[in-house]
Amino acid sequence: MADEKTLLEVTDLRKWFPVRKGFFETVFSREQKFVHAVDGISFGIKRGEVFGLAGESGSGKTTTGRLLLRLIEPTSGKIYFDGKDVTALPEKGLKPLRRQMQMMFQDPYESLNPRMTVSTIVAEPLRVQKTFSEEAELEERVKEAIAEVELLPPEEFLYRFPHELSGGQRQRVSIARAFILRPEFLVADEPVSMLDVSIRAGILNMMLDLVEKFNVSFLYITHDMALARHMCDRIAIMYLGKIMEMGVAEKIVYEPLHPYTKALISAVPLPDPTSKRSETVIPGEIPSPISPPPGCRFHTRCPAKIGKICSTKEPTLIDVGDGHYVACHKYT
Amino acid sequence: MAMLDVQDLTTHYLTVRGPVRAVDDVSFQVDKGEMMGLAGESGCGKTTVALSLLKILPQGGKILGGKILFKGDDLVKVNEKKMRDIRWKGISIVFQGAMNALNPVYKVGDQIVEAISLHEPKVSKEEARKRIGKLLETVGLERSRADNYPHEFSGGMRQRALIAMALACNPDLLIADEPGTALDVIVQAQVLRLLTELKKLNLAMIMISHDLSIISETCDKIAIMYAGKIVEQGDITTIFKEPLHPYTQGLIGAFPSIKAEKRRMTSIPGFPPDLLNPPPGCRFHPRCPYVMDICKKEEPELLKAGKRYVACHLVKKSMR
Repeated sequence: MADEKTLLEVTDLRKWFPVRKGFFETVFSREQKFVHAVDGISFGIKRGEVFGLAGESGSGKTTTGRLLLRLIEPTSGKIYFDGKDVTALPEKGLKPLRRQMQMMFQDPYESLNPRMTVSTIVAEPLRVQKTFSEEAELEERVKEAIAEVELLPPEEFLYRFPHELSGGQRQRVSIARAFILRPEFLVADEPVSMLDVSIRAGILNMMLDLVEKFNVSFLYITHDMALARHMCDRIAIMYLGKIMEMGVAEKIVYEPLHPYTKALISAVPLPDPTSKRSETVIPGEIPSPISPPPGCRFHTRCPAKIGKICSTKEPTLIDVGDGHYVACHKYT
Repeated sequence: MAMLDVQDLTTHYLTVRGPVRAVDDVSFQVDKGEMMGLAGESGCGKTTVALSLLKILPQGGKILGGKILFKGDDLVKVNEKKMRDIRWKGISIVFQGAMNALNPVYKVGDQIVEAISLHEPKVSKEEARKRIGKLLETVGLERSRADNYPHEFSGGMRQRALIAMALACNPDLLIADEPGTALDVIVQAQVLRLLTELKKLNLAMIMISHDLSIISETCDKIAIMYAGKIVEQGDITTIFKEPLHPYTQGLIGAFPSIKAEKRRMTSIPGFPPDLLNPPPGCRFHPRCPYVMDICKKEEPELLKAGKRYVACHLVKKSMR
């Protein structure tokens, strides 16, 4: 199914988290409820592509990212990485896979061990994977990795602890850690949302340069549509565990088809006081993923419902040409 | 005379390691029906300005100089008793972090009643209840919601409830500290729309935010702070169309616009200074791309340049 250029292929991926029951509910055995965090999504990421996963909080973006690296087990569905079925691998088979897939986390204050120095943090993936022959080589590679993320001169940072670094520098350390094994696939979960605006751009540009230099496929998870559009080649818009629309970034932003994408994009504030937005803001907030609305998940807030079908039949993601996919009854 | 006229406000936090110069010589005016944006990165002193206006600085925080003229009275000199009359009835604030600003064990309505009965003891309980119904409707919530607990509210609804609480005693000036952060875009757009609609109540408003796009969408004028100082201020279109201060230029360049041409984002090198000992001269000079010798020695004043004020030696030089 996958063509040569596809590195990662996801088909009908699902993750339902069981809702913890109280004592009485267990005794009277009421039905088990689930949080439908990711509910049947399919997409592919090409080699060297920056793929964006955008949506509001609670839409299942982070869960998807974690599923791809198998940090959590999927409920059902398949993930193919380089043709291999990741979901079928035994626990032990994951270690070589992790050499090729790395992750960057949102919070640079919590994702670095406060008791380790920068050099131990960056060297750890190498030690775990045992991909070096002698200590001197290890040191050399760590230095190189730190220089790559523009922490210059690297000697000055090697023996510092995370608390001696600013937020931006910490995030650079976690980029160095993610890139040191030369992975083929990288997941970044809101890597700059905790950082100050003036340093965000520097980090993002550097990440894009590294992605290009090492030809890495990159999954960028964000809630910021403006950033997604500047970073990504293609974007998928998620809502309540489903992909609503997927396509080339420019198309999604300039010619959105799905009413949800339209609402999302018109809600993004513009740093330009002369262009006041005219579109109406859609009411309400994202419903609970424990009992998502039947039919189209967006029908409860949709300003462009076409009839009864929206609340009864779930729309499928269909190709409307040029690799632009949309899940809305208006287009079927 | 403007409703609020802040002149040379200086607030420091006195710590063991020395004074942290959080706000230094800050001046601005806000008038009735006007919305001013106070922008800047974290740690630049935005929130300290707000806390100084209400005189609710945390321990160690001291207003060391300047005037806060609110309807003619200088709040810096006013005693604590009089200040209590001004809080909420004169100036009220919507605090940052809607999730944590409400007490989880009291009903939302009761919390608003508390605010009213503290500041306006003459108002009876029934009257206060009636007022709450109206307030909740103003902010787009149902009247019956007053009997709910905060955990029954979503993030956007809590933010609305906080705005309702801030409006409870008909203030003249409303300060909103990061009202959009921690909310999803669509909900954020709803809240921002609500805040701009409040202009109709003839309120003066100060919107504190690190997000320039939020300010550009809602405010009439803007003051940009860097390391405790205002570096540029003026009317919103002037500043966004033609920013003069290199920091403002950098900040605007760092914001990707969803609609504009796709381009490489620019960033400002380095990071904000430690306010325990800010750099001498212009506080922005270690990060400034156009730094000159004078910038390292002499602090630039905030000077009028056309329709705006800007504190930069380069701009001053080019004006001559």
